[in-house]
Amino acid sequence: MLAKRIIPCLDVRDGKVTKGVQFLENIDIGDPVAMARHYYEQGADEIVFYDITASNEKRGIILEVVAKVAREIFIPFSVGGGLRSVEDMRAVLLAGAEKISIDSGAVRNPEIIAQGARAFGSQCIVLSMQVRRRPPSEAFPSGCEVVIDGGRTPTGRDALRWAQEGVRLGAGELCINSIDRDGTKLGYDLEITRLISEAVPVPVIASGGAGEPRHVLEAFADGAADAAIVASIVHYGEYPIPALKRYLKANGVEIRETEERP
Amino acid sequence: MIAIVDYRAGNLASVARALEHLGHRSEITDKPERIRAADRVILPGVGAAGATMTNLRALGLEEVLREDVARAGTPFLGICIGIQVLMEYSEEDDMRCLAIIPGEVRRYPAAVGGRALKVPQIGWNRVHQTRAHPLFAGVPNDSHFYFVNSYYPVPRSADVTIATSEYGLPFAAAIAGDNVIATQFHLEKSGAVGLRLLDNFCRMSF
Repeated sequence: MLAKRIIPCLDVRDGKVTKGVQFLENIDIGDPVAMARHYYEQGADEIVFYDITASNEKRGIILEVVAKVAREIFIPFSVGGGLRSVEDMRAVLLAGAEKISIDSGAVRNPEIIAQGARAFGSQCIVLSMQVRRRPPSEAFPSGCEVVIDGGRTPTGRDALRWAQEGVRLGAGELCINSIDRDGTKLGYDLEITRLISEAVPVPVIASGGAGEPRHVLEAFADGAADAAIVASIVHYGEYPIPALKRYLKANGVEIRETEERP
Repeated sequence: MIAIVDYRAGNLASVARALEHLGHRSEITDKPERIRAADRVILPGVGAAGATMTNLRALGLEEVLREDVARAGTPFLGICIGIQVLMEYSEEDDMRCLAIIPGEVRRYPAAVGGRALKVPQIGWNRVHQTRAHPLFAGVPNDSHFYFVNSYYPVPRSADVTIATSEYGLPFAAAIAGDNVIATQFHLEKSGAVGLRLLDNFCRMSF
C-alpha cells in the first residue's frame, strides 16, 4: 500500500527561505539547503521549493540552490515558481529536481503542460492550482474558481474543469492550494480536494491551511488526498515531522517510517 | 569504475550524485568501450520503454549490454525503466526489449475490484524481501522505497524475484540473477535505505 506523503514547503526568494522559520537552533534558518537537509533527516517524504524571486536578474539563483540540495538529499523534490517555458523546466530538472510545479504559467499558457509532459514525462509535471470558493453556479459547478498570481487574479475557470484539463494535457500530479485557507490554520479545503481527487486518475496533493496534525489526518481520511503540503505547522517546530507521522500512524494512516538517520 | 549508461534519459545525474555521496567513482557514458571496461554497470532512468530501447539501439548499446555486460558476468544494476527493459517485451509502446531476463512488462490496471487505481504509482511503497539477498543487507524488511511507474515487470520464473511490492496487485519490486540485479523503485531517491542498497550493490562480490 502506498504511503501518504508529507511534503514540507519552503518559499525561497533570492536564494533565501523567506517564512520566519524560528525553531532551529543550530541551522541557518534562511538557508534552503540546510533546511532541506533538516527535513530530509526528519523523514519528509518529499520537499517542495517555491521560488518567489521577483527580479529577473536573480532568477538563476534558484538553480544554484537546486544543485546544492540535490547533492545532499536523496528523496524527490520539486521546484515551482516563475517557470514559463520548457527550457526553464529543463534547467531545473538538470540541476537535480525530480519534478517541476507549474501554476499561473500553466493557466496563461496551458500548452506548457503538454510540452513539459512530452519532453520529460508526466511524472515530472505537477500542476499546482490556487482555488477560491465561489457560490456553485454554471460557471463554477465545483464551487471553486481557479485564481492566479497569489490569488490576486481571477481566471473565470472552474477548479474541477481545470484539474481535468490539466490531467488531459499531461499533468502527472495535481496540487490543490486553497487560497481561502492558506495561512489560516483552519485546515485544508477538504471538499474541493476530495471532489478533484475522486475525479482524476492521478495523485492529488492537499495544500493550504494545515494548523495541527488533525488537519493533515483529515486531508487523507476525508479529503482523499495522496499527499499533504505542510508549512507553518512544521516550520515553527510545534509539530516536528516525526511527531506528525506518529500521530498519523496511530490514527491508521499508512506512512513511511524512518527510524534510521540518513 | 562504475559506468552509468547514458541513453539520453532523465535522472542519470541523480544516480551519479548518490554514488558520489557514498564515495564511489562513476562515469556517465554512452561509449561501448567505457561500458565494456567498467567494473560495474548501472542502467538507471525515468522514461518510456520505446524511447529507451530506441536510444539504446541507436547508440549501439543493445548488444553491448546483453552480450558484453550481462552475459559476460559484469555486475549490472537496472533501476526503474532499467528493470523493465531487461525483460523480453513491454506493453509500453509494444516494445521488444533486451531479453536478459525472461518475462514481460505490463501496465497497471485502471481499476481493481471496482475501485479506480491511480496510474502512475507515485510515492513510497513497502518492499517485502521474499528471500535473503546481499542487496538488502542491513535493510529492515518491508521498508518503504520511492516508486514512479505505470508499468511493472513480470519475470517468467518466480526464482529471480527477491522482493515484491503491491499496487493494486502484487508485483516484482526487485529481481536478481547471477550478476544482474534490478529494482523497480528508485533507490537513488529512497532516502537512507535506498542509499544502503546502492552501496550494497557497489560493494557486493559476484
